[in-house]
Amino acid sequence: MPLKRVDKTPMPERDATLRSHDFVEVNEGYNIARARFEAERCLRCQDPVCVAGCPVKIPIPDFVHKVAAGDMAGAAKILRSANPLPAICGRVCPQESQCEAQCSIGTRFVPVAIGYLERFVADWEMSQPPGDPPPPPTRPEKVAIIGSGPAGLVCAGELAALGHPVTIFEGLHAAGGVLRYGIPEFRLPKEVLDWEIEQLKRLGVEIVCNVIVGKTITMDDLFGKMGYSAVFVGTGAGLPQFMGIPGENLNGVYSANEFLTRVNLMHANDFPNADTPVMVGKRIAVIGAGNTAMDTVRTALRVGAEKGMIVYRRSDKEMTARVEEHHHAIEEGVEFHWLTNPVEILGDEEGWVTGLKCIRMELGEPDDSGRARPVPIEGSEFVIPVDNVVLSIGNRPNPLLLQTTKGLDANQWGCLVVEDESAQTSLQHVFAGGDAVTGAATVILAAGAGKSAAQAIHEDICQ
Amino acid sequence: MARILEKRSLTSVTKLFRVEAPLVAAAAQPGQFVIVRVREGGERIPLTIADYDRDNGTLTIVVQEVGTTTKLLGTLELGDDILDLVGPLGMAIDMPEKGHVVGIGGGFGAAALLCLMRELSARGNRTTVIIGARDSSLLILIDELEKVCDNVEICTDDGSAGFKGFVTERLAQLIDGSGPGKPDRVVAIGPMPMMRAVSETTREKQIPTLVSLDPLMVDGTGMCGGCRVTVNGEVKFACVDGPLFDAHQVDFKEAVRRNKMYVRQEQASKDRSACRSLALGQD
Repeated sequence: MPLKRVDKTPMPERDATLRSHDFVEVNEGYNIARARFEAERCLRCQDPVCVAGCPVKIPIPDFVHKVAAGDMAGAAKILRSANPLPAICGRVCPQESQCEAQCSIGTRFVPVAIGYLERFVADWEMSQPPGDPPPPPTRPEKVAIIGSGPAGLVCAGELAALGHPVTIFEGLHAAGGVLRYGIPEFRLPKEVLDWEIEQLKRLGVEIVCNVIVGKTITMDDLFGKMGYSAVFVGTGAGLPQFMGIPGENLNGVYSANEFLTRVNLMHANDFPNADTPVMVGKRIAVIGAGNTAMDTVRTALRVGAEKGMIVYRRSDKEMTARVEEHHHAIEEGVEFHWLTNPVEILGDEEGWVTGLKCIRMELGEPDDSGRARPVPIEGSEFVIPVDNVVLSIGNRPNPLLLQTTKGLDANQWGCLVVEDESAQTSLQHVFAGGDAVTGAATVILAAGAGKSAAQAIHEDICQ
Repeated sequence: MARILEKRSLTSVTKLFRVEAPLVAAAAQPGQFVIVRVREGGERIPLTIADYDRDNGTLTIVVQEVGTTTKLLGTLELGDDILDLVGPLGMAIDMPEKGHVVGIGGGFGAAALLCLMRELSARGNRTTVIIGARDSSLLILIDELEKVCDNVEICTDDGSAGFKGFVTERLAQLIDGSGPGKPDRVVAIGPMPMMRAVSETTREKQIPTLVSLDPLMVDGTGMCGGCRVTVNGEVKFACVDGPLFDAHQVDFKEAVRRNKMYVRQEQASKDRSACRSLALGQD
């Protein structure tokens, strides 16, 4: 038995000062030597508890052992059979609260870097020449997928592998959903996403952009004149929430969705070479402390803000962002205003943002979410001078499809109601998964939902 | 992609395109809009649907060349493709009651009245259109509008055609009983100052009035919230809740201000496009 290192093999990262001015990926990835060295840290537990922490139940020790043995093709095969988006999940999954949280080494030392290894194997796979094209669809039942985010992509891939002709309908001009418009290039290079989409196309999946189901065509059209046997709804959670405080419509106030879409989808960072601008002053405050908030504030630095701030009504212990994202944001010079709740956005006479009026908070008893409830401290109002405010306080599912689809049931938050086991909605042959069902969650949960729904759809239409 | 089947110059800066878009044409309703993108790296801009032909699967849009994207669009010719076109977006006009409807089109806003007035006429309304422009050379689509409504009233600032004065002045005369007479309802589509003036003209007489707002948008599906407008004290997304709103409830001051958010960047983008054209020896 070789000696185990107590620490994770470090992930090579680009220098924080340099990287905070460009969009090149922060984490550079392991080389083979680092990957094999890290893989050797796995204890090869008889009862691999890490697998239980994975939403898609990747046989983690199996692929890690292949890496340790230098069999990357074998590792890639195991990984891809369980998770159709390994290059993406290896980069954006919150491993520290999933597989790595369970790792047996973690009870005394630092867990195995499962996420970094996943990414390594997927990147290795991407660097290989493509194999033979897979066989054409063998089954007659066509399936339509609404939305090309992680849930839709995975569902499409699984159904294509099961032999079904699959068409994905995407409302925007480019496929990928939140992976395209939401997650920035420095965390998920778009060439990784493009590669994953290319694999689906090789499987025979057809992707039709610029079609909004619910507007351009209806659910009835899909089943009727278009002849689909089943539909998977993976429309995500793309409806931004606002706080309802005064000043939200001032010039210079954005939703995180808009801010990130302008940069990620429309390439505002390259303005005026690209035609879409984004308005960033010297000081920008981002309200919220999830991954999207971190993405937003770090993007703001990269498009010219001199000072990026996170303003959050709770403390760092309650923030929902991944540890790594928080850590990277600190390295890049982001300021954190914890226990600070915005009450008003202030503007000048011409309607431009000048400041964010906040009140200090203290933590009280736990609330419904189990987190300590923030309580305002009376008389503690103060103003942070800012040029931009971005609200990153969450998203809800988009209601467009619901508005035009009779009989499709949703709960009070607009999330589609599905049966736990089958992911079937209130409509026959209509299935759903991902953020459209759960509300804003993670890529891997969406991928897992897409995967299990594919199986349910296959069973439903092949009866 | 949407292939251009017809292109007409309506004025020196206004172009009409009829494009192949069978799915959009089949679903389109008066009042809705599409979003187009004309090149890789290009922006997404909303354009009101001027008309649609379900049988032939075509859509008509009218573009005024004011910014980078509309100018680029203007350079496309018969047989070219518009890179991306998605729609129909927004809500269709909701006007179940019958009566005398006056549609007001300022500048190229007149185009959007085509399908709107045809539909309102077909629903049994008496229909009048008031279109206005600085001078007669800038008036567009008069013949087409005459086919889809009962009366067409023309206004020019310099009196070179029709009534001399603003559309709102003619509207005030109609309200007082002149010409086709007092409207039961008004729909105004055009530049923000014109829609605001129409709103003020009908407010006192309590004539229900709709305006078609055109705030800045990115996706057009409710995802970005960039198009938020305040209507009756509530924040609405023009892309999904509109674009038609009760004129008397719209906060025009805010809407005008928000539309000017990127004036500097828009100029920079236009200058750059102009430079590029020069460098390429075009124009």
